[in-house]
Amino acid sequence: MATVVVKRPKLSLAEKLYLPALLGGLRITLGHAIRILRGRTKVTMQYPEERWDSHMPEHYRGAPALVTDEHGRERCVACQLCEFICPPRAITIKPEEIPSDDPWAKVEKRPRAFDIDMIRCIYCGMCEEVCPEQAIFLRKDYAITGLTRGEMVHDKSKLYQIGGVRKGLVNKWNPLK
Amino acid sequence: MSDSLIDVQIDGKWMQFPKGTRMIEALREAGKLPPHYCYHPKLSSPGNCRMCLIEMGMPPRPAPGQDPPEKDQDGHLPIQWMPRPVISCANTVAPNMGIRTDSEKVVEWRNGVMEFLLANHPLDCPICDQAGECRLQEFSVGHGRGHSRFREQKVKKPKNVPVGPAVRLDVERCVMCSRCIRFCDEVVEDPVLGFTDRGSHTVLDVHPGRELDQNYALNTVDICPVGALTSNDFRFQMRVWFLKETNTIDVNCGTGCNIVVWTRGNEIYRITPRRNDEVNSTWMPDSHRLSFHALQGDHRLTEPLLRDPAAPGAGATNPSPHRVAQWPEAIGRLALELKGFEPGEIAIVASARMTNEELYLARKLRAALGVGLLDVVPRQGEADELLISADRNPNTEGAKLVLGLKTPGSGLNAIRQGIADGRIKAVLALQEDLLSQQAGFTSEQLGKLDLLASLHLATNDTAGAAHVVLPGASFAEKSGTMINVSGRLQKLNRAIQPPGRAMDDWEILRDLIQALGAGNGLYQISEVFKAMADDLETLREEGIGWADIGDLGHPLIDTGVRIPLIEKERRRREHGHITG
Repeated sequence: MATVVVKRPKLSLAEKLYLPALLGGLRITLGHAIRILRGRTKVTMQYPEERWDSHMPEHYRGAPALVTDEHGRERCVACQLCEFICPPRAITIKPEEIPSDDPWAKVEKRPRAFDIDMIRCIYCGMCEEVCPEQAIFLRKDYAITGLTRGEMVHDKSKLYQIGGVRKGLVNKWNPLK
Repeated sequence: MSDSLIDVQIDGKWMQFPKGTRMIEALREAGKLPPHYCYHPKLSSPGNCRMCLIEMGMPPRPAPGQDPPEKDQDGHLPIQWMPRPVISCANTVAPNMGIRTDSEKVVEWRNGVMEFLLANHPLDCPICDQAGECRLQEFSVGHGRGHSRFREQKVKKPKNVPVGPAVRLDVERCVMCSRCIRFCDEVVEDPVLGFTDRGSHTVLDVHPGRELDQNYALNTVDICPVGALTSNDFRFQMRVWFLKETNTIDVNCGTGCNIVVWTRGNEIYRITPRRNDEVNSTWMPDSHRLSFHALQGDHRLTEPLLRDPAAPGAGATNPSPHRVAQWPEAIGRLALELKGFEPGEIAIVASARMTNEELYLARKLRAALGVGLLDVVPRQGEADELLISADRNPNTEGAKLVLGLKTPGSGLNAIRQGIADGRIKAVLALQEDLLSQQAGFTSEQLGKLDLLASLHLATNDTAGAAHVVLPGASFAEKSGTMINVSGRLQKLNRAIQPPGRAMDDWEILRDLIQALGAGNGLYQISEVFKAMADDLETLREEGIGWADIGDLGHPLIDTGVRIPLIEKERRRREHGHITG
């Protein structure tokens, strides 16, 4: 085993006494306290009345959600790749066949049920990365709360509600193509 | 060097093969199986997918007057390589032939074929059921470009066509390998599929006015190398990569087709045939394949049930209701009640659907009780000259061997008569519905009994009438062995757990025997097999252990019965029509 020799820093007399450092710390704390009392600075954000939303960076990964495209088609075709890749196994999909009288019958397959257990979800974004249909995206929703475990499972309608409509995606099921 | 073996050089290494071996089979043996779509060892080789291309060479043929080529120190002639590709599936090896599978040319040829096959492919893997077991996906990894150079409009073809009650066709995904056409023509001998049109407009279609409605139609889905033919039953149920495969055998008839049960969690999603050249080749009938649905549902028994004796006014017409019991209580109660009868008053109706191990324990149970009457219910159906046997019990031969029955079912009349006479007061029904047509008991007869105990996997009339109901396991939930019509000992493996508190049948029988005081110390299915093998002369002489049976079974007795499809296949192989 390699031995690492650690050089201890040489302390001056003032540092050895501790008191100057202590007083220095007290000065900073006191300074902040006075400034807050005067209303000069603001440290606490009044959540949930105030939120981080406007400060959120572009790459922020919040709750995963399903999206529809500008034609109102649900983009997910239930290929179950996200269910496969999901590290904490939060996703459960039950596929079904699209009935022949549906305007999007040519897509053939869609999810009958699509559940994401938000207690399990670790917001890794792998589902978004693996999706071959651009159907699942991580949104900026971060406050996922509920009073029961059942409430914490986002079902298909909830996922579409969070996801909403996304425009400008690749439309490989378009009738023209 | 033997006369029948010839020298072939594969990728620089000299090997020996029997004369007449197909190149592709030689390459398979050498561990260099080329990618292929149309070739199937059980079907003829039309060579129309062109994927298995190889580079071939032969010794140079000297012109008149020219010196013959000299042999090298190992006795091999030099090889002159041909400039054009050769398909390995439809050609046989020749003496001193050279085959290259990894040269630059071969890779280029195969990449070219792959690019053409993908030119019109719809690339709809996300919705295609074949994804995960698709040859196009697999070979794209080794031979695909990863992007398309095809700038033209793709050819539109029929999609989502129901070609039969069980099969859906997507022609855009089809690579025109013709495996399904050849299967219908050569194996089922009902050629309903065929190609129409030419070139890139070729379409696989079903004959006008006909449907792909044979009882073997789903085999075309199995052999389809791509997602062109998909099963209506399995369509969009589950992606194959989630499924666990368990090798076991089919129990719907005496043939005992070798199968793979595909499960996820505790649910069966599909059943596919598994190759066994002595039993089912690589096929199985649809009726057997889809029968697993009957095992899943609310009608399964999940708890031991007891009927408490004689509430006042309760009788045969008005029995007291069943109540859920714990296993020790149910077994204990049954053992206690059985002990109250004279040996002559008890009869056991076992089933030839039970495994050898279960039948062996039924025999032990008979010995522990001293019962004289023990028989199984015969079950006859129509044979189909391919794989379905007229004997619809999977283990009639096992019942004959283990229980020592000469003619299964011949003792049932004596049991019925005994009940009518009042001599038999207790009946144990093991995996048989006594009120079914095959068993032929009547509810009046069962009403006369003082004790009716039954072991079933699902609710039925007998269970409804029984005093003690024990929930057993289906074939996918149990381990054990069975003997098929031709006398082959084959193994069942457990794919899923029995539902609720249902137990493997042999464990129930073991517990019952133990409760009757005849301890046997059997804790594993292999121990039951060993005890049985020690007891039965046929097994003892064979010297076979649980671990020796293997996935393909073991020929145990010669019953003289031959499976028609296997005989047909043997003739085709002898004529050189097929290789496998």
